[in-house]
Amino acid sequence: MTARVAPRFDEVSVGEHLPALTLPPITRATLAIYCGASGDHNPVHVDIDFARAAGLDDVITHGMLVMAYTGRVLTEWAPPAAIRRFDTRFLAVTRVGDVITASARVVEKLDGADARCVRVELAAVDQRGEFKTRGSAVLALA
Amino acid sequence: MAGESPRRVLRTELVGYRNRPFSVEVEKGRLRLFAKAIGETDPVWSDDEAARAAGYPSLPVPPTFLFCLEMERPDPYDWFEELGIPLGQVLHGEQAFSYHEPCFAGDVLRFEAEIIDVFAKKGGALEFLVQHNVVSNQHGVRVAEFDRTIVVRHPA
Repeated sequence: MTARVAPRFDEVSVGEHLPALTLPPITRATLAIYCGASGDHNPVHVDIDFARAAGLDDVITHGMLVMAYTGRVLTEWAPPAAIRRFDTRFLAVTRVGDVITASARVVEKLDGADARCVRVELAAVDQRGEFKTRGSAVLALA
Repeated sequence: MAGESPRRVLRTELVGYRNRPFSVEVEKGRLRLFAKAIGETDPVWSDDEAARAAGYPSLPVPPTFLFCLEMERPDPYDWFEELGIPLGQVLHGEQAFSYHEPCFAGDVLRFEAEIIDVFAKKGGALEFLVQHNVVSNQHGVRVAEFDRTIVVRHPA
């Protein structure tokens, strides 16, 4: 799906869901690869000895990996240049074995003077329905 | 309640602290590895031809990757150590990006970071620090800004 067509402002409705994304379970390999790819070498994500010394039961997932999953929901719906703002609050740690579903919904249409934008709310939840992140994004659409 | 908790490690005097500005080139290999790391299989993020067919000059930078590029500094956690922030007690609280211009492989991006807020909640059991980053490209154009909020937790 390389020839993606951007959604048109007039055809987008408030309440509309963007296609959701369910990821494979987080593994230690997932975290190791993200550690190398992201440049975030904080050992709390890959070194169980360090995590335990810091008072955790196990390593924890990079919050930015979960945010990247929600970013994929945006970029599978619209081209990356459409994204004007992208905010995330990290609500709970994501653990090894968790299955993340990232979703988004259009909540507002902003017909401004210089751009026509939509605001979407984003969330990442795990297999138990626990919210890992909530956020929002603003995308400019033609 | 500023300064009330003996556990407190973040002082309000940290507001205004700036990291040394840092520049990095966006490399295709890093973008391909990042796509793999986040499970992204659309070739527009990893294949030159697919990117050009989509109208891009080169591989586009994914929305959260600016945060990663800022961590390309020789030691991205050196300022934690310098400021006495215990890495094992740090969680990522919030992350907020504003995008002004798209970025692509080959761009050279400059990051200027400044601590803009420090505050505490729950009687000092949780401390917060907000770092604002301004990102400019090789043409001196401000392409993006982002705020990173970290939380230092003090277990009871």
